[in-house]
Amino acid sequence: MASQNTAAVPTLPEERTAAQGAFGFTKPQFLTFLLLLAFLVGAPFAGLYPVFLMKLLCFGLFACAFNLLIGYVGLLSFGHAAYFGMGGYIAGHMAKVVGLSPELAILAGGAVAAGLGAVFGWIAIRRQGIYFAMITLALAQMVYFFCVQAPFTGGEDGIQAIPRGKLFGLIDLSPDLSMYWVVAAVFLIGFLLIHRIVHSPFGQVMKAIRENEPRATSLGYRTDDYKLVAFILSSALAGVAGATKSLVFGIATLTDVHWAMSGEVVLMTLVGGLGTVFGPVVGAAVIVTMQNYLAEMGAWVTVIQGGIFVACVLAFRRGILGEIAARLRVKL
Amino acid sequence: MDEIFGIPAPLLFGQLLLGLINGAFYAMLSLGLAVIFGLLNIINFTHGAQFMMGAFAAWMLLNWVGLNYWVALILVPIIIGATGVLMEWLMIRRLYKLDHLYGLLLTFGIGLIVEGLFRNEFGSSGLPYQIPPQLSGAWDLGFMFLPVYRGWVVAFALVICLATWIVIEKTRLGAYLRAATENASLVQAFGINVPRMVTLTYGAGVGLAALAGVLAAPIYSVNPQMGSNLIIVVFAVVVIGGMGSILGSVITGFGLGVVEGLTKVFWPEASATVIFVIMAIVLLARPAGLFGRA
Repeated sequence: MASQNTAAVPTLPEERTAAQGAFGFTKPQFLTFLLLLAFLVGAPFAGLYPVFLMKLLCFGLFACAFNLLIGYVGLLSFGHAAYFGMGGYIAGHMAKVVGLSPELAILAGGAVAAGLGAVFGWIAIRRQGIYFAMITLALAQMVYFFCVQAPFTGGEDGIQAIPRGKLFGLIDLSPDLSMYWVVAAVFLIGFLLIHRIVHSPFGQVMKAIRENEPRATSLGYRTDDYKLVAFILSSALAGVAGATKSLVFGIATLTDVHWAMSGEVVLMTLVGGLGTVFGPVVGAAVIVTMQNYLAEMGAWVTVIQGGIFVACVLAFRRGILGEIAARLRVKL
Repeated sequence: MDEIFGIPAPLLFGQLLLGLINGAFYAMLSLGLAVIFGLLNIINFTHGAQFMMGAFAAWMLLNWVGLNYWVALILVPIIIGATGVLMEWLMIRRLYKLDHLYGLLLTFGIGLIVEGLFRNEFGSSGLPYQIPPQLSGAWDLGFMFLPVYRGWVVAFALVICLATWIVIEKTRLGAYLRAATENASLVQAFGINVPRMVTLTYGAGVGLAALAGVLAAPIYSVNPQMGSNLIIVVFAVVVIGGMGSILGSVITGFGLGVVEGLTKVFWPEASATVIFVIMAIVLLARPAGLFGRA
């Protein structure tokens, strides 16, 4: 998050020398990545329920997409449910009514979310800080009301019985394990794409904007353009995550466009660690697991989530991975 | 006089009145948000929950203690305002040195806790709150029937908004407040206890939200979600008006309420989204908001 006093320059050389491992990961990051890979491959065989794992990966990708904005550009979007939910609706509609194959349905969800993000981002980046958060929230609420009324979303019922279809028209995805590999692949592609973006020259400018926007402007960067592109990328990936989720569960509903979902993704990222590479995935895992175990407790889940918010903000701002990384003096 | 623009007059005036009432709540809530933002530099996301707490507090006073509407009108803002003071003192003040976004996240979390607790206790369906007997009935204005209570809400909200404006713009206390908004450390150097002023300002803003909640109790059903749906619209109202001026937020609040009411008459499907669309247009044309300073 933006601390305006820290200059951007001193952090840059350290990152450049550190980014020498494979895929631009530092050594500890690469080890963590291998751990993540091992988990992805091993988890379904270790007796974990594939549908649960897929839910976890969808939210993990969603949180990573959100973290691209808050963690690396310093923009708090409080309306990311709009892109997540809209991606889900579009993919559901494409797969069920239009009859597209799943990979095209997911791409369509991501594309529409990107278009939505382009328009909303263009409006929202006119203001900064708290106003940016309020504007994105209000625009997302507009999408929510649109989804309540639009005919193709099915209103309160949502889109139900969305078929998973056949990947490339060949591989039947109705067995959970087949679907799992697709979801794992989507997650990995999204995750590595975000990592690549962050470590590109473009990503360096993003971080410069986070640290000190006036200074980035004075260096000649058109910061608004950078912010807009980051916003579009983030919403596109959020849309892909939502699209994948709707195919996994065969349903797209208003829950995914509701403001509470926007709050949840903030919480996941905050719990895992803002601006860490792996934090959002860990945070998503923690929150999704918690929701699964506490599902029958009704409104207490909301209370507990609120409590975690308060605890994180007051005492635990670095999040789980941020805390671990600080203890080990590495970047994760 | 039966039809205006092809719309039956009673329908038109009825929706105008509903718009004015919604506008009264928008105005009171955005006023509280603006006062808090001016001094604390945080957006109080708990505002909706505090509005809801106000309505519930009025309901509890009536049904558990037997204190009527008029007592609630005075007691509830004080009680809920006190919870705000406590909240500022225990939690919010730890965040002033951090990025302002943490204030937003903290108050969002507290809002979730409050809403969840009330949903556990009272369920999601609403509780009824009787209109006080002195304000029941309706006046025949010739062209429409005006329920007395609705007229009262609009008038009372106007008085409260005006009173807030007078306190902030015309009194010594308000002068301190405006000075501290501009430069807190300088005001502190003049010997004014700024941290205490900040705490009390937060309490006052919260009290304003709770007062709006009491007013709303007889109109809307008292339920745990009544605040969270409203507060997002109020955020849009705040963005449209800009938080620079008190009078600006009042005018914007009432104006947008009326616009929303008219939209309900002429294009019902768009009434839920019209304020957000206006927000987008205002941002494109005048990013600082109608009354904001760039």
